Amino acid sequence: MNRASSWQLMTTIMRRDLAVALRRRSDVINPLLFVVIVVTLFPLAVGPGPDILGRIATGVIWVAALLSSLLGSERLFRDDFLDGNLEQMVLSPAPLPLLAFGKVVVHWLLSGLPLVILAPVCALLLKLPFAAWGTLMLTLLVGTPMLSAMTAVGAALTVSLGRGGALLSLLLLPLFIPLLIFAAAAVESTLVGTSAYGQVLLLAGLMLLTLTLAPLAVAAAIRVSVN
Amino acid sequence: MWKWLHPYAKGEATYRLLGLWQPWLTGLALAFVSVGLVWGLFYAPPDYQQGDSYRIIFIHVPSAMFSMGAYTGMAIAALIALVWQIRTAEWAIAAIAPVGATLTFVALFTGAVWGKPMWGTWWEWDARLTSQLILLFLYIGVLALYYAFNDARTGAKAAAILALVGVINVPIIHFSVYWWNSLHQGATITKFEKPSMPPEMLIPLLISIAGFLFLTAALITQRLRNEILKQELHRPWAMAKLGVEANDGV
Amino acid sequence: MSVVIEAKQLTSVRAGRTLFSALSLQLGGGEILHVEGPNGAGKSTLLRIIAGLLQPLEGEVWLFGQPQQDDPELWQRQTLFIGHKPAVKAELTALENLHFQSQLDGAAHVDAWQLLETVGLLGLEDIPAQQLSAGQQRRIALARLWYSQAKLWILDEPFTALDTYGIELLHQRFQRHLEQSGSIILTSHQPLSWSGERLQKIRIEHNDEELVYE
Repeated sequence: MNRASSWQLMTTIMRRDLAVALRRRSDVINPLLFVVIVVTLFPLAVGPGPDILGRIATGVIWVAALLSSLLGSERLFRDDFLDGNLEQMVLSPAPLPLLAFGKVVVHWLLSGLPLVILAPVCALLLKLPFAAWGTLMLTLLVGTPMLSAMTAVGAALTVSLGRGGALLSLLLLPLFIPLLIFAAAAVESTLVGTSAYGQVLLLAGLMLLTLTLAPLAVAAAIRVSVN
Repeated sequence: MWKWLHPYAKGEATYRLLGLWQPWLTGLALAFVSVGLVWGLFYAPPDYQQGDSYRIIFIHVPSAMFSMGAYTGMAIAALIALVWQIRTAEWAIAAIAPVGATLTFVALFTGAVWGKPMWGTWWEWDARLTSQLILLFLYIGVLALYYAFNDARTGAKAAAILALVGVINVPIIHFSVYWWNSLHQGATITKFEKPSMPPEMLIPLLISIAGFLFLTAALITQRLRNEILKQELHRPWAMAKLGVEANDGV
Repeated sequence: MSVVIEAKQLTSVRAGRTLFSALSLQLGGGEILHVEGPNGAGKSTLLRIIAGLLQPLEGEVWLFGQPQQDDPELWQRQTLFIGHKPAVKAELTALENLHFQSQLDGAAHVDAWQLLETVGLLGLEDIPAQQLSAGQQRRIALARLWYSQAKLWILDEPFTALDTYGIELLHQRFQRHLEQSGSIILTSHQPLSWSGERLQKIRIEHNDEELVYE
């Protein structure tokens, strides 16, 4: 009989996911390298002048972050689906949304948080004025949990398809548009010397909403996918 | 025994019910759309600023209105499908999505055509056009997911979840796009805005809107009936139905 | 004898094909049910319905006299489902797999080393599971049975890829579970070594109610 509390079950799944990720470091590192490489391509494509680069820097970094989150999304549920752990999650006495939330948190720790840390390098390469670095990192800090949560919804919906890549981008990218708009606008306001407070607060509100609702959608999608 | 019959009866009952509405909806749609469009396109006075080119609103405005309305309807069907596990509601998603996507496309296309004389360009990053474009992506996503699975039931449930996620996001996207547009607005924005519309334009527009409402309902009804028939093909009533119709043809 | 699990009038349709209709079964404590049938007849589907992973089109499953939706938590705590996917993490070693799995099953104080020895994997504990053979991976998955307190075991092809010794070991464990008045539902192409009143069999045949177009 299973007497473990829901909380223990969630943390066990999180620790196991971390242990697996440590064995497969390339899965964690490759999406980050992808961001750096995309950022490197832009000066080569549009010229290295600071006037152009500085203006598009925020947009480029955020678009690269969106695309890299799609790249890393397979890691969320694909292996669990193939080896049968997803079935066991559904049968677990812990509420499925809670377990899904735990997996989203681990995914964020391994994909979102490194991106926040990497942001200054990208900002440097793209000659983003130093004054806006802090805001850029703040938007990433608030925005990437949302990316992880929404990606989890898409990944859970397409996990049983086996060829979800292009479909996943079709499903998810339109939903990322508000995030992109507010994050870019926040950095923009800092650049023109006004406060980015409002936009960042708005992003934080959206993050709370997403983190509350997305695990429910992920759980529903997992139940459909293990059929 | 009744429990065993219950789901069999449901598809059939819905099919019959929709069959009763179908001719009325089609008739009303034909009447209102033709009156609204003929009046609007030929008899309504030209606009003092835009001349005849404003007449595209008699198609653009109703299709834009119901493109959004159809998405809401689809999301309601999705909620019913997920909460009460009603299969007819799952099929309704497949019935509504292409109609909604077509309306969205018509709204986008007419918006672009209108933009050419107004802005001198086929595409302007206007808030309305941009959010219609995103709505089209959302529709395509639901449709793509619906048909991606080998098992139709799984596809329907996945699409239902996506439609619900989408409908929560639609207002947020809408708001963000309008806000973004107000940040970057050029000189072109206010040309669409009319302070008020004289009744000789407004009445044909309202008739046209009503016509599109009936047209949308008629199309969805017909598609849903087809979907029910297709999915229930192995049930005796559907076979009998098709058999009867085949005999009529001969 | 108390009824542990009862399926009432189950009907399942997958991809437009009726797998079984109006299927009923009843299993008490200390009994084992062997679900037989050709490939693709719906054995796994039946097991997944009983485990609560799938919804039947018609019918209900009751555990301890309660329908499933009344108390899903009782269900999840009292049943153990091992499907044909072993739920073993390929990147983790046998020891780590046992360690995490026992915690997920809520089994406190499981001696993972002891378990490794029981299922005959001692000496292989440091090797990632992906480098082990299919039979060894299955042993990792089945090790859950040795600490499981669940009343009802639902096992899809548990003998697959096991060697003679492994099969013998599993039979012994089944015997003990039945003696403690547990119940087992399994599918297998192997004949079972039980006989008499403990063993029930049901057979799912291909249902050739194909759609007929004329």
